[in-house]
Amino acid sequence: MTFDPKDLQHLEKDKARWEEQTLGSHLERAPERSDPFTTVSGKPIRRLYTPLDVPNLDYPEDLGFPGEYPFTRGVQPTMYRGRFWTMRQYSGFGSAEETNRRYRYLLEQGQMGLSVAFHLPTLMGYDSDHPMAAGEVGKCGAAIDSLQDMEVLLRGLPLDKVTTSMTITSTAAVAWAMYIAVCEQMGIAYDRIGGTLQNDILKEYVAQKEYIFPLKPSLRLVTDTIVFGSRHFPKWNTISISGYHIREAGATALQELAFTIADGITYVEEGMRAGLDVDEFAPRLSFFWDIHNDLFEEIAKFRAARRLWARLMRERFKAKNPRSWMLRTHSQTAGVSLTAQQPYVNVARVALQALAGVLGGTQSLHTNSMDEAYALPTQEAVTIALRTQQVIAHETGVTNTVDPLAGSYFVEALTNEMEEGALEYLRRIDELGGMVRAVELGFPQQEIANSAYAYQRAVERQEKVIVGVNSFVDETERRPIPILSIDEALQQRQVERLALLRKSRDKDRWNRAMDDLRGAALGNDPWGKDLLMPRILEAVKAYATVGEIIGLLREVWGEYTELNII
Amino acid sequence: MSNDRKIRVLIAKPGLDGHDRGAKVIARAFRDAGFEVIYTGLRQTPEMIVSAAIQEDVDAIGLSCLSGAHMHLFPKVMELLKAKGVDDILVFGGGTIPDEDISKLKACGVAEVYTPGASTQDAIAFVRDNLTRK
Repeated sequence: MTFDPKDLQHLEKDKARWEEQTLGSHLERAPERSDPFTTVSGKPIRRLYTPLDVPNLDYPEDLGFPGEYPFTRGVQPTMYRGRFWTMRQYSGFGSAEETNRRYRYLLEQGQMGLSVAFHLPTLMGYDSDHPMAAGEVGKCGAAIDSLQDMEVLLRGLPLDKVTTSMTITSTAAVAWAMYIAVCEQMGIAYDRIGGTLQNDILKEYVAQKEYIFPLKPSLRLVTDTIVFGSRHFPKWNTISISGYHIREAGATALQELAFTIADGITYVEEGMRAGLDVDEFAPRLSFFWDIHNDLFEEIAKFRAARRLWARLMRERFKAKNPRSWMLRTHSQTAGVSLTAQQPYVNVARVALQALAGVLGGTQSLHTNSMDEAYALPTQEAVTIALRTQQVIAHETGVTNTVDPLAGSYFVEALTNEMEEGALEYLRRIDELGGMVRAVELGFPQQEIANSAYAYQRAVERQEKVIVGVNSFVDETERRPIPILSIDEALQQRQVERLALLRKSRDKDRWNRAMDDLRGAALGNDPWGKDLLMPRILEAVKAYATVGEIIGLLREVWGEYTELNII
Repeated sequence: MSNDRKIRVLIAKPGLDGHDRGAKVIARAFRDAGFEVIYTGLRQTPEMIVSAAIQEDVDAIGLSCLSGAHMHLFPKVMELLKAKGVDDILVFGGGTIPDEDISKLKACGVAEVYTPGASTQDAIAFVRDNLTRK
């Protein structure tokens, strides 16, 4: 069901006529503002889009119906007419107690799911009393050293009703084990525990840089969690394949899409290599996109991603379960777009980015707070960010119909170009020997660094206007805004807590658990088969700390050293 | 400083923070502006940074931190430089740093602090104009 070639021919002639008769004389009188016009990613945009820009668009093949292959129009048949996306504010700071209070507050304010931010020492596998943790305790998220802290973090929260996302990767297995252990204490059965583990290790080497181990053992650990999840946790997304950090590190929208899909392909291959049938685990793979400033480019990225993933899963990996074809995604407004200058203006940026995420069909959304170019957000700033989502959901009317921009010549052309561009990158990555090899060679890292630099130069040359930064600058308007500060005494309290824990726990159980884990980590069993997860779970229940568990794995597996790419 | 020697700048990432976009962009901008740039890579302790700065005989150090640990890490670098008797290396920094911390960092010797949205050209000009090594 495409356009009739005869009609297109006719249209082409008519367009030439319009260019000559109407456009030409108009341009003479009133030239355009810029040449070329480009997206935030530097992609040229044409003046006008017509059927000539999507001559081969085939409705059933390329768009279809929502809830059906290829899911271009959305993963659910009714989208937001059924239920809104999950409003999920990523949050965590200071101590487990403080963060628990913030979670209760956010749930009272209408937030629909939890999203845990851990502080950097937890993410990097160090306890709060490690020298590398100095100055970092509680800064980027909640200080979680052991199951004891997790018990406090989750105290009194309805974990049988809300789903929880945990933004953690290198040490994801340990955090997940802690979460499972708390759910066990609450009497919640495994098959009722719902949530998401970020767990996307490849993007750490590519962009976020919170890697610990070399690539191979890291992938083994990720695969292990996928296997464990597919066996016991039908409602848990074992991995959130993340473009967010790739974009924030400087990638273009296209690079974000391409590298993230390439990472996804690798996890599918690893899962299958571990002996799983693709349909056993692919339905639990989820995604995470960044939403930057360029409204239509972002919408096209979401739509292209769904179609591309569906096609790859069905054609390349022969998945049969429609749920395996479905790209479900969380998304977050672009932290990197927030400005320290005139910070209140960030509220407008976030609202428009969030709108793009909704028009793109996201399943879950985090809106950044206006003060995040300075620090973690205050409660007031987070509330405005959450209210922004509520305004989009309840007041704008964009949720009344499914995929409202489908059929726009511009949006469909951009969607096509996004998919084609990503396929071209995937071909290059395949030629290099796959994503793991590409990462070892520094290919995506260098591409991202180049884009980041090109963007910065474009901003500094005024080729891209950033309101308040390189245009409409008004230093007198820069009023101090309230900033969240983290109690510097927290580190000492965590150190004391750890000392007490190490003295009071059952030493024999701890020893047994750690020995057992070491044996498994040393093992050379086929990928994913020796199941590290049950042993990590037992170690966590024996109150082994994050630093102890990861320290042991560091000893066995070694550490990754990064290529020096600028 | 003799004319044939390029100005040497160490771009450093102290602490656990992995956000290296800014550090890499600034490193490249300095390089394109004719500086000799040494990038430390991630997860450097203040001790490692100071020892690299001395070993590489740099004229300036740029510290980048977006994890909120700047109030521990930057002053620590200044303290260690002082302890080593180094007082002629220009130290500047950047990251997600609240205004009230900027004045405190300047008080302990960090010459300038850049926040998101800052221009690389401003930083380059600042370093050129404020080098203390002759």
